[in-house]
Parts: sequence; C-alpha cells; structure tokens
Amino acid sequence: MPVVNQTEAAPIASAGAAVIRVEDAHKYYDLGETRVHALRGVSIVIGQGEFVAIMGASGSGKSTFMNMLGCLDRLSSGRYLLEGIDVSRHDKRALALIRNQKIGFVFQGFNLLARTTALENTALPTLYTKIDKAERGKRAAEALAMVGLADRAQHFPSQMSGGQQQRVAVARALVNRPSILLADEPTGNLDSRTSVEIMEIFQSLNDKGLTIVLVTHEHDISQFAKRVLVFRDGKIRRDDPVVHRPKATEVLKTLPTLED
Amino acid sequence: MNYAVLLQSALVALLRNKMRSMLTVLGITIGIAAVICVVAIGKAGQAQVEQQLNNLGDNFVWIEAGGRAVNGVRTGTHGTKTLTYADAVAIKNQVSLIKSVSPNVDGPVQIIYGNQNWFTGFRGVSPEYFDIKRWYVDQGAAFSQDDVDRAADVCAIGRTVRDQLFGVEDPIGKVIRVKDVPCKVVATLHPKGLSVSGQDQDDTILMPYTTGQKKIKGANWLDDILCSAVSQAAVKVAGQEAAAVLRDRHHLRPEEEDDFNIRNPEDIIQAQLEASRTLTILLIAIASISLLVGGIGIMNVMLVSVTERTREIGVRVAVGATEEAIQLQFLGESVMLSLVGGAAGVLFGVVGSYLVGQTLRWPMQMSLESVVIAAVFSIAVGVFFGYYPARKASLLDPIEALRYE
Repeated sequence: MPVVNQTEAAPIASAGAAVIRVEDAHKYYDLGETRVHALRGVSIVIGQGEFVAIMGASGSGKSTFMNMLGCLDRLSSGRYLLEGIDVSRHDKRALALIRNQKIGFVFQGFNLLARTTALENTALPTLYTKIDKAERGKRAAEALAMVGLADRAQHFPSQMSGGQQQRVAVARALVNRPSILLADEPTGNLDSRTSVEIMEIFQSLNDKGLTIVLVTHEHDISQFAKRVLVFRDGKIRRDDPVVHRPKATEVLKTLPTLED
Repeated sequence: MNYAVLLQSALVALLRNKMRSMLTVLGITIGIAAVICVVAIGKAGQAQVEQQLNNLGDNFVWIEAGGRAVNGVRTGTHGTKTLTYADAVAIKNQVSLIKSVSPNVDGPVQIIYGNQNWFTGFRGVSPEYFDIKRWYVDQGAAFSQDDVDRAADVCAIGRTVRDQLFGVEDPIGKVIRVKDVPCKVVATLHPKGLSVSGQDQDDTILMPYTTGQKKIKGANWLDDILCSAVSQAAVKVAGQEAAAVLRDRHHLRPEEEDDFNIRNPEDIIQAQLEASRTLTILLIAIASISLLVGGIGIMNVMLVSVTERTREIGVRVAVGATEEAIQLQFLGESVMLSLVGGAAGVLFGVVGSYLVGQTLRWPMQMSLESVVIAAVFSIAVGVFFGYYPARKASLLDPIEALRYE
C-alpha cells in the first residue's frame, strides 16, 4: 500500500503551485524474456520552492524516477506534468527543449568537459539556445558567481578540487534559469565537509525559490532537504517532512576546515 | 540552435587532439594530392599528344602514289607515275569535304651554302601546304602562287637546315644551292620538333612544287597529294571520296587495285590520345582509392572519438542538445578534418605536379576545376564518412552515456 494517495492534496500543499505532478507512473524494461518493473505506480506532487530528498537502496527505482523527472526517459504508463504541461507524450525534440529550458542537472561524477574552462563548462547548456554570445557569457558568469566561483572562471577542471568542480556543475545546471534542479547523488564523490558546502549552496538556492530534487544515499545529506521520499521496490514507501532541518551554514562552522 | 557555436565546439574538440587530427587529415591530404597530380600529369600527356596531332596537319588527308607490279616485280609505294597535278585539281573541285589541296613532290637532296653543306629532304608544294600541315613562318614570307606559276627558285627552310647552313647568320635573301639549282631563301619555318615516329620535322626545305618537279626531280608526276578536310569527322569520308575521284580519273576497273594509297596518320595519334585518356582515368581511379582510404581513416577516428566522448555526449543531451545538434557537431568535425586535408592536398598536389612538370619538362597545367572538384570531394568524403559516427553519437541513450566509464 502506498503511503501517498495522489488524489488527495499534496503532503506539503503550502509549498505553492505544483511544479511536478506525477500520476501512477509505471516503468518497465523488457530484457528479453524477463520484464524488469522499475516503477510500479508512483504518484507524487512537488510544489514550487520545495526541496525534496529521495532515498532508497539501489534497484529501488529512485534513479529511474529521477531520469523520468529529468525527461531523459519516458514512462511506460502514467502521466508526468511539469509546470502543468504533460511531457510524457512529448517527442524527443520537445523533451530536449524541456531539459534545456526547465531542468538543471547535477551528476555524481561532475561530468565537466575536460580541457574546457569553468566558464565554458557553465555556458554549455546555452549553446543549445538562441541566446547570443554576449548574453551567454554574462549568464555563465552570473551562474558561476552564484556558486561562489567567479574568480575561477578561466580555470580548467583539472585545476580545481572536487567540490569546486561540483559547484561548476551546479552553475551549469543554473545557467538557463531552470524551474527545477535535479541532483543525482551530488555529494557521492565528495568528502563530508565539501558535501555540506554543496548543500549550503542548494539551501541558499532553495531559499531563493528554486525547486530542488536530490537523490542521496546519505541520511545526513537528506536532512538538509525539507522533505524526504523513500523508494523501495519501485514505489514510494515513505514521504516525510524533515523535522529538525539543519542549516548547512551552521553545520559548516562545526566541521574542521581544510586548513586544519 | 546555434550552428556557429556547434562548429566552434567541433573545432575546439579537434584542436584538443592535434596529433590525432593531423594524422587523420594526412590520409585525405595524400588522396587529394594524388588525384590532383594524376589529373595534371594526365592532362599534360594529353596536351602533348594533341600537340602532335596539331603538328600533323589540319584534318590531314594524305594521298600517296601507290605501288605497281611490272611483270610480277612489285615496286614499293611511290612507284606509280599516275598521280598528277590535274588529279589534285580534280579532288579540290569535286570533293566538297576537302577544303584545300597541295601537290607534293619530295626527295633527298644535298644543299650547299658558302662552305657549309647538308643532306636533307626537299618538298615541292603549293602555298596551301603551309596551312594544311600547319607550318608557321618565323622570318620572311612563304612563297606565293605566283612563284609556283613561274617555278621560281625560292625556298623556305626548316630550323635544322637553318642551323646547319647558317648558324647565327640571317638566312633571308641568301641563295643556297639545292642540288644544282640556286634557290633564294624567302622564309624560315617555326620549328615543330620530332614527329610521332621520331623524325626531325624541321630538317626540310619547302619550295614550289613546279620548281621541285622540273628543276630538282625532273618528273611531271606527283609523289603525294596532301589535303585538308573540312572537319575532323570528315577526314575518313573525304579520303574515300577522293579515292573514288582518282579511280575514275585513272580509269581503274572494279577488279583493279588502287594505284594510290589513302593514309590516315591521324588515326595513330587519335589512338594514342585515346590510350592516354584511358590511362588517365585509370590513374585517377587508383588515386581515388587513396581518397577512399583517407575517408575510412576519418570514419575510424570519428568512431573512436564518439566512444571516447560518450559521457560528454550524455551531458550535452542532458542539458538539452537535440539529436540534430549532436549530429551536426560530429559531422562538423569530420567535415573540418576532410576540408583541412583537402586544402593541404590541393597545396601538395599543385606543388607536386609542378615538380613533376619540371622534372619531365612537360607543360603542366593546373586547372581551377580540379581544385574545385577536390574541395567538393573532400567535403563529400567528410560528410559520407562522418555521417555514421555522427549518427551513432546522436542516437546514444543519455542515461547509458552518463553512466559510461
């Protein structure tokens, strides 16, 4: 029995208008004779300005769910409305446009282009828009400033720490001013202090009204969100608000700095 | 979508792997250079043969006196004495495909000037001969019909004769002795060089055929009648019609053989030209194979590049690149590779064919068209061999691509 019933009001209705509305999502992969059922009827509403952490063991369907949210994959059945638009019926080209305009991605492995400066990496999503060159540069610089790397614009990924690289990746996700930020294990490759630094950025972006969905293994990290979903066997098993939500800025003060 | 930016990122990607890009380009460079060289060499060869064809004469129809058998003893060609000036006039008047005719008597002759002498061949002809055989006068002026009518003692001398008798001296107006006849040199001939069969065409003197007949040879018949047909295509038919006229005039019965021969020396050169064209095409085909191999090189490198950059492609798709954008980026890379290769190939090809021309002393002609064709070809190679890798890149599943290690 799913804990959440999508026909009722969203658990945190006060968070604002629904950015994400998923209705009875199913996803299965046909692998020859066997059929893998990755999502078995997921329904959820995520409102404007929410900060949701998704947890679950591997194989629980959380990655499939994220790919679906990111319009990288399509549902086998069910509906997915992004800002009220049913994108589950969109063709590939339309999905590419949605990813470009409405979704920002942050990956576990940073996935920056090697031998490409932080600024150029940040500007990557703007290459697939009609924005002119000057505006692209401006937006990329702004995005870098938002993650506190304005002074590293001309650095290459190989000259930056993992945390800095991930911040460039966040800047890249922000450059087209998306409606939602999707982060798949953004702290998976980072030490604990740097992880909290990334969460600090996420919290500050969320405070400015950005909707964030984050997949993580770490309970500590999930507590920086406002709401935690737990996936198991292709279904949402739990959907709880975070009660004692720490401020990442405060937590950082308790952690030893790199210089120590 | 921003095409300029996509091409720019393609360029950046190529510059990141300079060595690899250069080696890939090399294949196309060699291919294009080979094709351009071969085309240039082939064209130069053809031009040489065409030059020979041109030297031979203006749609040349050659009627020579034939052999005959007297009491079972057969003479060689020029054995008969039946070819006459009247025959030449009749051919000129009755065969509409023949536009000009020159009688011809010839033979070996010793010539003397001052303390120099030389053994050469003389040729008694009419002024039309200069056009029929495309002789151009260097100095002085060719003899006229008036000189022919008067059997004037004048001659035009070839370059070899001039060099042998006169050296640096000006021959115009000087009198040389041809056999026993003192002849005034009225013209020198522009040199033609060696004939197809390797004879020195400039080792000759030309004089009115009347002078040749009466004063040198002492004969009233002709050795040959040389004609120009109205066109290249008419040469064969003109020869047949001239033969019919001659058979009629010589009262030959149907069972009798011709007492003259119609020669088609152009045929040999035409065949050479044909052979040279075939050879050129063959060589181009072989050179094209190197272009093909170069193209496969591009495809190979592009495939490696696509595999190597799977994650990059995944990221690009995730941030909103459409299939077309990815395809265009990789296609842009392969076209850039092949274009740069093509440009370098044109450069090497031009330099190469110039060097070959210098070595073989052939007149090399670089045509703009072969350069344009090379450019078009290299783009085509880039698109053709870049399409599959680009397509492969654009069809990558972004989820898989992002996970790719």
